[in-house]
Amino acid sequence: MEYILNPWPWYISGPLIALVLAMLLYFGKTFAMSSNLATMCSIAGAGKFIDFFKSDWKEKKWNLIVVLGAVIGGFIAKNFLSNHAITTLNHKTIQELNEIGFKNPGKTMVPNELYSFDAIMSSQALLCLVIGGLLVGFGTRYAGGCTSGHAITGLSSLQKPSLIAVIGFFIGGLIMTNFILPYLL
Amino acid sequence: MKYLKFLLVGMFFGIVLFKSEAVSWYRIYEMFRFQSFHMYGIISTAILSGILFLQIAKNQHTKNLLGHEIEVPKKDHGFIRYLFGGIIFGLGWALIGACPGPMYILVGTGVYSMIIVIIAALFGTLLYGVLKEKLPH
Repeated sequence: MEYILNPWPWYISGPLIALVLAMLLYFGKTFAMSSNLATMCSIAGAGKFIDFFKSDWKEKKWNLIVVLGAVIGGFIAKNFLSNHAITTLNHKTIQELNEIGFKNPGKTMVPNELYSFDAIMSSQALLCLVIGGLLVGFGTRYAGGCTSGHAITGLSSLQKPSLIAVIGFFIGGLIMTNFILPYLL
Repeated sequence: MKYLKFLLVGMFFGIVLFKSEAVSWYRIYEMFRFQSFHMYGIISTAILSGILFLQIAKNQHTKNLLGHEIEVPKKDHGFIRYLFGGIIFGLGWALIGACPGPMYILVGTGVYSMIIVIIAALFGTLLYGVLKEKLPH
């Protein structure tokens, strides 16, 4: 039980993520977590005005069910399969984060400085969440996939477009974390 | 019943990503600062296992539930869309510390302010749909 309650090591987690890919392919689908954003736009009626969202979303209902499952999975993992261990971060990371204004790194999954209700009452944290969400939503559709679709599925099937996209993910991520984030809070 | 297997896969996915700490904002920060091997270990073992699975499936002509051979849809050719789209995605990923899968999983763990991010991501997707014809691909 101890093994389940503690955080899982990377060499267990990676293969289990590949198992998700294998199961979805076996069911005749794909592993693409961002496509449901476009599906939700279609359901909301965006197809009436924008051709890109004209699609029969009923065929993509399975993808929304996966999302629902992911929400439930998160609830189960947090409440029944966890001993609420503190994420064991590099001590250098903790020191750095303290310096740029993040208290208690690793105590929660997301920093209170961005996600707590107190924080989003300030326009700064709220703006970060909105801009971050916009960038992810826009970027993922422009690139035609996200971490699951490109990094896991695309690279597993040795596709060059996915390699370019993943290089892009890292360029963007490195710029944000190293050159923008330190000045945001 | 038809959809039960998708619900179970989604639950399994949510549990794995939470337990591996891949949903942690701090793990993403650490990764982009090259201060930990954890995320690189997860991503590389996932890809290596995926390659192994797909190669075996190809050699064995493994069929899926619908009776077709297992295969991954091919991405369209292109360069600019993958690079620019990727960079834009990466900027957002590192800021909010979550990509589209973890966004939903974190809502399940009680991070309700993530709903703001999801709504913003929907608008981002909508914006792409509006601008699609004007963007280089």
